[in-house]
Amino acid sequence: MTDATWIKQPPADAGFGDYVELLKPRVMRLVIFTAFVGLVCAPVGVHPVLGLAAIVCIAVGAGASGALNMWWDRDIDAIMKRTAARPIPSGRVGRDEALAIGLVLSGFSVVFLALVANLASAALLAFTIFFYAVIYSVWLKRATPNNIVIGGAAGAFPPMIGWAVATGGVSVESVLMFAVIFLWTPPHFWALALFRNEDYARAGVPMLPVTAGPRVTRNQIFGYALVLAPVAVAPAFTPVGGVVFFIGAVYLNARFVFGAWRLWRRDEAVAVADGWRDEKKFFGYSILYLFLLFGLFLVEAGLRLVGLGGWPAPF
Amino acid sequence: MRPDSHEIYARRRSRNVGVGVVLGSLVFLIFAVTIVKLTEGHPMEGFDHTFRATMLPATED
Repeated sequence: MTDATWIKQPPADAGFGDYVELLKPRVMRLVIFTAFVGLVCAPVGVHPVLGLAAIVCIAVGAGASGALNMWWDRDIDAIMKRTAARPIPSGRVGRDEALAIGLVLSGFSVVFLALVANLASAALLAFTIFFYAVIYSVWLKRATPNNIVIGGAAGAFPPMIGWAVATGGVSVESVLMFAVIFLWTPPHFWALALFRNEDYARAGVPMLPVTAGPRVTRNQIFGYALVLAPVAVAPAFTPVGGVVFFIGAVYLNARFVFGAWRLWRRDEAVAVADGWRDEKKFFGYSILYLFLLFGLFLVEAGLRLVGLGGWPAPF
Repeated sequence: MRPDSHEIYARRRSRNVGVGVVLGSLVFLIFAVTIVKLTEGHPMEGFDHTFRATMLPATED
């Protein structure tokens, strides 16, 4: 180590890509997709330009909460291998800059959504940002192994916001969309935590595998998959679902439960021996699962447009 | 090596171009939203502490 190493370097000039990375573009992709599904499946039509503007607001709001999360978690991000290259710990974006970007984009997205759509959707977006940045990042993440369970609500709101943009309110369909993502989040993240256990332990984040051990985590993943399955199939019996959704959802959930069951049967010795093959596979499938399940909502919406979709009449 | 060929200039350029494109898109989006709101007949006047007949909902006689 040289003397120069001790000098605290000011953040380098950030490129545009660094700011984009600050907004967690991968999370944003899921947010945009699920919000779009909520918007399109709602029974009230929205002008495409207003719909696009609303989706942009929701995406920017999600990105803003991501920036606030990175600002708060900069100390543990620097410790964990998975997050060490993020813009703040790597020194490409200053922490104050990240905070300013997070706050300004939060305010902008909420106010603009209220002007473009309605107060209900803007209030939901404001609550989502608050929930992710304060309830999850500041409070729960370092306090309880149930951080993901409760914090998962933040990621579950976008389809509800999309629905509220069109209808100005909340209904059974949008609550079910929320419930699907809410119940999907714990098994999704715990599968990741199983093979990233050391990372979380080193950073002192009380993820379930760190505090309760992998056995309990595997039990919980399987339990959540069992609870998720009926909830994820239930929208088939609402006006946004139908036969196609039902068949697709049953298949996707059967695979999800089967994957969780395989994890439940394994122990750490086997997992270490094959490099957490099944855990990684399950984590990858869980992402595909959510995209396909929400894709089924779109398929039903498309079928309804051409006079099909829903359930066939009994006679 | 030319002084402006340093990597930092490329990063600054990417930031400037990116922010420019984002701001331009925002202006276009706000313009488009305004046009849609106007053509869809959204109320253009808010309550201003006095009664105006133009604020009453349209009725068919």
